[in-house]
Amino acid sequence: MASARPVPSRHLLGIDGMSRDDLEEILDLTDTFAEVGRRTIPKVPALRGRTVASLFFENSTRTRLSFETAARRLSADTMIFTSGSSSLSKGESLRDTVEVIGSYGADAIVVRHAMAGTAHRLAGWTDAAVINAGDGCHEHPTQALLDCYTLREARGGLDGMRIGIVGDIRHSRVARSNVLAFTLLGAEVLLIAPPTLLPPSTEGWPVTVTHDLDASLPDLDACYLLRLQRERISEGLIPSIREYAADFGLDARRASRLPDDALILHPGPTNLGVELTSEVAADHRSLILDQVANGVSLRMAVLFLLLGSGRELVPDGVRDELPDEEAPGP
Amino acid sequence: MTVVLRGGRVVDSGGERLIDVEIGDDGLIAAVGTGLTGDIQLDASGCVVSPGFVDLHVHLREPGQEDAETIQTGARGGALGGYTALVAMPNTDPVTDCAAVVEQVRALGSRSMCEIVPTAAMTVGRRGVDMAPMGELVDHGVGIFTDDGTGLQDPRLMRRIMEYSTGLTARLGRPVVLAQHCEVSALSEGGFMHEGAWSSRLGIPGQPAEAEELMVMRDIALVRLTGARMHFQHLSTAASVSMVRGAKAAGLPVTSEATTHHFTLTDAACASYDPVFKVHPPLRTDVDVAAVRAGLADGTIDAIATDHAPHADHAKERPFDTAPPGMLGLETALSLSLEESGLDLPEVLALMSWRPAAIAGIADRHGVPIAPGAPANICVIDPDETWTVSGRAMASLSSNTPYEGRTLRGRVRHTIRSGVPVVVDGEARR
Repeated sequence: MASARPVPSRHLLGIDGMSRDDLEEILDLTDTFAEVGRRTIPKVPALRGRTVASLFFENSTRTRLSFETAARRLSADTMIFTSGSSSLSKGESLRDTVEVIGSYGADAIVVRHAMAGTAHRLAGWTDAAVINAGDGCHEHPTQALLDCYTLREARGGLDGMRIGIVGDIRHSRVARSNVLAFTLLGAEVLLIAPPTLLPPSTEGWPVTVTHDLDASLPDLDACYLLRLQRERISEGLIPSIREYAADFGLDARRASRLPDDALILHPGPTNLGVELTSEVAADHRSLILDQVANGVSLRMAVLFLLLGSGRELVPDGVRDELPDEEAPGP
Repeated sequence: MTVVLRGGRVVDSGGERLIDVEIGDDGLIAAVGTGLTGDIQLDASGCVVSPGFVDLHVHLREPGQEDAETIQTGARGGALGGYTALVAMPNTDPVTDCAAVVEQVRALGSRSMCEIVPTAAMTVGRRGVDMAPMGELVDHGVGIFTDDGTGLQDPRLMRRIMEYSTGLTARLGRPVVLAQHCEVSALSEGGFMHEGAWSSRLGIPGQPAEAEELMVMRDIALVRLTGARMHFQHLSTAASVSMVRGAKAAGLPVTSEATTHHFTLTDAACASYDPVFKVHPPLRTDVDVAAVRAGLADGTIDAIATDHAPHADHAKERPFDTAPPGMLGLETALSLSLEESGLDLPEVLALMSWRPAAIAGIADRHGVPIAPGAPANICVIDPDETWTVSGRAMASLSSNTPYEGRTLRGRVRHTIRSGVPVVVDGEARR
């Protein structure tokens, strides 16, 4: 185990446990790094000498490249562990893996895993800052933050917005993080899905649930479409892609029911013809490409806050309802 | 060499009295009275002297997983927890589904600090396809059959096993007990905790309470059809408790047990993502905990069991989904039952000693009232001692207790097994 270093032992494990101020601090800083991204040489020395390790137990080219680009623009060194290229495999002791990476001197570990809670467990075993890049069906906080940033950029703020999240909410870490982030920033959230694609319980969730997309569309300020995995059919959750697209896919006819200034988002990669048609993806109201571009700036802000500033960002003890009394690291 | 327990308050199925207990070198109680003396005198002042405990549900891991537990270490933990008899589950490797493994477990048990009562699988290899050789196993003294770890899915086979078991009553000398781990796997598969508000929030796939309840319902119906003697293991949901209550009221030959963790912990504990809280059946809700306690109080549930399930540290350092289910229980069961069941001490002792002894078919030597001539299987409890739970400090080879760091009240001071003091002043003698 590495000895304590002058790094704040702080993590970004989920939106759960964060405050509106925490979110806004990150979004404000993202503006600064978006400016860096527009320079001829989009690189600053903020994290020179720091090492960011990407630990991807589950494939995700987009998220991994986004974090790596962000780290390099901050002049950090990067290490990449993916399940295809190393000994990472199901069943291996997670603790061993994270201790090995710690011993290589990683200051931050960006972790993606197919099972919920992995980032939380890792955070207990390492001095490095742990950033959750998606854990099973649980959370994907940087996706939610970049979505909030994208909406704020388009509208100035989320207060009072009505945002519909459509599709496979049951299995979606993006939905869980976004429900929390959108409502923290003052938006109202509708979950729109067939009952089999909703969580078994939404008790305590600050949301309205409906099964009728058509009826919801005219009242939405933003429509957030989730990716549908084909295995949901073999699991017996929906009869067919055809029926899903017919009831929950956003085609041009449906999109015309949205207000003229409503926004369309999708975390990618899209299944064109399923969640939405290519025509809708190219609609002037679609922010899908902005989401991707903003992802790099947002992740720069997160890395900088965790590794660069030494300021407290996110409390660790996000799970319990008690206030976090733990002091920042030395 | 005689042993005398001095100054304690005896509590057994016959009531309470302040008397000394003298144990002869034949392993039987020689005398009870006041001012008794013997070669070894054990102080029991301020303590409760009870018939030793009987755990209907223990995984001792031997043969097959001796890195997690052995019969020797499990029995030592049992003795430290006040147990004099442990009912060993058959999900060993190889599975205890034939006379050879039963005899191996019994032989290993005979050198341990508790009486080890072997059970056998209902089906060959616990695969749920072919009936195990129940008649032969009964001839080797097996009185409880279970595929614990999974429920027996096929209702037709379950019916046949029930019918067959009723033909073995005379051979065993009492009805064969079929013990079911109620879980319809088609509903539970792919779920790793209780399905509900917490699983939805945590993103951990859940298994619904109905996975347990449907099998409880099915088996009650089949008991009505066949007259088999059924025991429901680790009841964990409100509806399960309620159905068993109904079955008993209808006069059906059913009994049930609940584990300490199912009346002391809820699914909220899984929020730590620590697989030490992963167990099957899963930790349920506050409502279920209250129902289990009510079942213990009104006699619907006959016994407090532990489902003691040791796992090596490395096995619990995996993600929640892939870590094996199960938790330690033998050394914490008494304290937790005294503190959290809502029952008074004599009721707890009944649920931990004489009532499970009757279900296990060992009531001739465990849970027996403390009187001259009775086998000396006894534990002495200090109800006021406080102690702090530490998995590392336990006798088990594993340390997966969900109560780590908790300070509990009430602890076993001495345990006497067949007249031999195996635990003295809270220390195991071997």
